[in-house]
Amino acid sequence: MEKRVVITGMGIWSCLGKTLEEVRESLYTGKSGITFSQERKEAGFRSALCAHIERPDLKPLIPRNQRQFMPEEAQYAYMATRTALEHARLDQDYINQHEVGIIYGNDSAAEATMDALDKFREFRDTAACGSGAIFQSMNSTVTMNLACLFRLRGINLTASGACASGSHAIGLSYLLIRNGLQDCMICGGAQEANPYSVAAFDGIQSFSIREDEPTKASRPFDRNRDGLVPGGGAATIIIESYEHAIKRGAPILAEIVSWGFSGNGDHISTPNIAGPTRSLESCLKNGNITPQQIEYINAHATSTRIGDSREAQAIAQLFSDYKIPVTSTKSQTGHEMWMAGASELIYSMLMMKNNFIAGNINFEHPDEETACLNVIPETYETHFDMFLSNSFGFGGTNSTLIIKNIS
Amino acid sequence: MTRNDIVEQVNSLLAEEFEVDATLFTPEANVRDTLSLDSLSLVDLVAIIQYTYKIKIPVTDLKTIQTFTNLYDYIETHLP
Repeated sequence: MEKRVVITGMGIWSCLGKTLEEVRESLYTGKSGITFSQERKEAGFRSALCAHIERPDLKPLIPRNQRQFMPEEAQYAYMATRTALEHARLDQDYINQHEVGIIYGNDSAAEATMDALDKFREFRDTAACGSGAIFQSMNSTVTMNLACLFRLRGINLTASGACASGSHAIGLSYLLIRNGLQDCMICGGAQEANPYSVAAFDGIQSFSIREDEPTKASRPFDRNRDGLVPGGGAATIIIESYEHAIKRGAPILAEIVSWGFSGNGDHISTPNIAGPTRSLESCLKNGNITPQQIEYINAHATSTRIGDSREAQAIAQLFSDYKIPVTSTKSQTGHEMWMAGASELIYSMLMMKNNFIAGNINFEHPDEETACLNVIPETYETHFDMFLSNSFGFGGTNSTLIIKNIS
Repeated sequence: MTRNDIVEQVNSLLAEEFEVDATLFTPEANVRDTLSLDSLSLVDLVAIIQYTYKIKIPVTDLKTIQTFTNLYDYIETHLP
């Protein structure tokens, strides 16, 4: 028998805040987390725009001999996961006695890899890389670190699906619980935010160059959008079977009612319309949900010309008769990439639990292809009980989640 | 670089890297025990000596470094 899957905890470390309350406030007030980085400009970036994310101080929390295995993204993920576990009232004693799994989205470890290989090349000696380098420079660094730090004994897996990694991680975790293979899972997504992690991305001219107005640079669906702004951090949710949550007296916040996915089978960086449309269709179909039941869409839209217009067309194909409110929180955060599927689920959850939809800041005028959507430019207060979150990535990987409120 | 310079610099580097109070670094104290080095973090000791003094410590030599005095001696005699 398939099990219901519920969300019982959330934690985040982002440019909009380090606590759920800070992030809620930032969403509500339309705060932008985007800044101009002189460091990037001097380093040779075409665009020096990025999100500002504070680095956590883990020294008082984790001994040196464990901390040395943690690159930036694992540090963010640790902080987000601590908060999520606390929010879910899941303590270490409980984890020690029950099998808890982890699937986390991550798709790079660029800075750690570069640092280690720079030392190797300088000294021509592999020992110069240091003992943490191998663990820091693997794509699975987040899950390997968190599983050891929190002593997790369930599935231990990293989902690498480009900018849909976080969403796929949640979708896969949802499937495992729904099918009774795990009772409780930590899932989410992490994104390193150092310059090296996105230097090559900057090189393909995907980033906005509106450097004179950093907070206006990320403008999904707006006709004057000129590219994305890279962000980062980490977001964690705790999910479990409904029975498991009830049994341990956990706070039940919402239910994951469906996951859909698709591949474009097309160009490596240019999205099409058919792939995202099939992801949306499969999500609605898998959950036996009609478009009219969805009350808000958190779009993937990253502020690129083609990506936003293709997603707008895909959404319009399924929601054309129904002017569903759509926003992209990337207008405030920039593109949180491997983290985005998880962070945007949390942003949408915070809106749903607090009765508002955060405005798609910087949306002033649609273009011909985005005019088909009902993009909400400013925060407005409204109650809604079901939302859909899209995440798409390079290589044409698409993931869609539908979440239902539980009061 | 004098012997005192080496002692002071090594103690400062190791205290910072391994987050251990330098007052514990007595000449006859065991380096691995004092710094809580396991098989992985021992590599970091090798790496930090290599960055700072341009001295490679082969595994066979590492076995001869037991105390802090052994470590200071090794650096002093292998400085380029």
